[in-house]
Amino acid sequence: MLEVDIKVKRQDFSLVANFTAGQEVLGILGASGCGKSLTLKCIAGIETPDFGKIILDGRVLFDSEAGINLPPQLRRVGYLFQDYALFPHMTVRENLAVGIRDQDKELQLKNLVESFYLSGLEQRYPSELSGGQQQRTALARIFGSKPELLLLDEPLTALDDYLKSQVAAELAALLQKYSRTTLFVSHSRDEIYRFCDKIAVLADGELEPVRLKTAVFENPQTLAASRLTGCKNHSRLGQGRPGKVTALDWGGIELVVKCKLPALYAGIRAHDITLAEKLCADNIYEFEVVRVLEEVFSFVLLVRRPGFAGEDLRVEGPKEVWQDYAVAGKRVYLQLPPGKIFFLDA
Amino acid sequence: MDLSPLYISVKTALLATGLTFFLGVYAARYAQKLGRWQGVVDGVLTLPLVLPPTVIGFFLLLFLGRNSFCGRFLQYFNMNLVFSWEATVVAASVVAFPLVYRTARGAFEQVDENCIYAARTLGMSENEIFWRIIMPLARPGIVAGTILAFARALGEFGATIMLAGNIPGKTQTMATAVYSAVQAGDQETAFLWAAVIMVLAFLIVGVLNYWPESYYMQGRRRRHAGG
Repeated sequence: MLEVDIKVKRQDFSLVANFTAGQEVLGILGASGCGKSLTLKCIAGIETPDFGKIILDGRVLFDSEAGINLPPQLRRVGYLFQDYALFPHMTVRENLAVGIRDQDKELQLKNLVESFYLSGLEQRYPSELSGGQQQRTALARIFGSKPELLLLDEPLTALDDYLKSQVAAELAALLQKYSRTTLFVSHSRDEIYRFCDKIAVLADGELEPVRLKTAVFENPQTLAASRLTGCKNHSRLGQGRPGKVTALDWGGIELVVKCKLPALYAGIRAHDITLAEKLCADNIYEFEVVRVLEEVFSFVLLVRRPGFAGEDLRVEGPKEVWQDYAVAGKRVYLQLPPGKIFFLDA
Repeated sequence: MDLSPLYISVKTALLATGLTFFLGVYAARYAQKLGRWQGVVDGVLTLPLVLPPTVIGFFLLLFLGRNSFCGRFLQYFNMNLVFSWEATVVAASVVAFPLVYRTARGAFEQVDENCIYAARTLGMSENEIFWRIIMPLARPGIVAGTILAFARALGEFGATIMLAGNIPGKTQTMATAVYSAVQAGDQETAFLWAAVIMVLAFLIVGVLNYWPESYYMQGRRRRHAGG
């Protein structure tokens, strides 16, 4: 169990993080530069928060009021850096040996090498390893130090696409075996969704409450969370007729409201917008196709209300469905299904 | 032919290099940790690189001369620094110090922070981190700085002649021997010492080009050659 309640102030930046994590993989989703790494560094003891507490399994790692600030060496927190931070002048074997503090070093080394598939690579330098091998070495080194908490800082970002899926599968298997608290930090909603049970969104230095990952993706609640979960279409909202609101950035169309208000923004995912035949249901309007982007398996249509300026709505779907409409200038009836619209706070 | 300037020069340069190595590396490590005063300390420690050596010699005379506080302190133990062989070491060390200090500092700053952080989270003590991570990673820079310091100490003239003088067999180095020979119109001796100095200079440049390569860089090269 990890309990974090900290405030950090830097010259041009401040971070507020308040959360607890049990024996699970907690994802922290945020854009780059929003304070994700700083949060992890505070927990690992590399950076010092200005106020607050960090408690791991009842052990106080940091407490500004009591004046407790354990050095990183005593925290038993494993930190996987984005670039893995292997020691370039040491071989794989020497890198692994650094973390092992117990007596039976040889035996543990052997176990690590075997369980992380590093046999035959012991005498290589990090620069002689592939990206996946480097990550395995870094993880093995961390596990050699027997951490009580695992911090993963963008663990897949440094890998190219080809390696990514394979390494991701290995990492997922490893995390399943390691039954302690793990924080997984990433800017990628796909990685977060794949690896984590719960998610907290970090936007502008403020950590939103921890929620189940399905809940976050189904109802992001805030504009930042909605953007980070990959929603492409957002509009400011204005007053509408009773039971409706006006989407100011989408050519002033009126949307039927099915959840709590007041909300400041509406959002809808590109693949949730559907083709409609006629104006026979809620939230159906005529749009004009402005531009078409062809992806591998889908079309992306940028559409807007005829005669209105403002933001384009992004519609995405399988090629066979949208083929006939994937022409700039074409008019099309689209439905923004009421159940699929997010109503968001700032 | 009196070879004493060669011995004195090499002996002085070696000792001065040893001194500046430890002092320079130590200063570089602690200058990094100073907060607000870093700029001031950095300026003072770099000063000998910028000032003319005669000015350094002049300051050293002020600090260490017979009438200075330090000079009187030494006299109390019946010692005198000015015009002694030790003075050549002091002069060479002061002049060569910034070369080690600056290159070591640059090399320390180049060390990947994440490596240091990772070492901490893995439980390495700060001392261990310095000797097993920071020093090896900074080694190419520090070696280069030390060789430069040796070269500078070997060729030291201005501060040496002010503080230690130019006493044959005692404080006369190769650089000051050339000066004396030219003054006396002894072209042959001047050429000889000039030749010795040039040979040494070439050696130093050669070492500078080939030594600082460390094993992991060789490994990197091997990989590039193979891939």
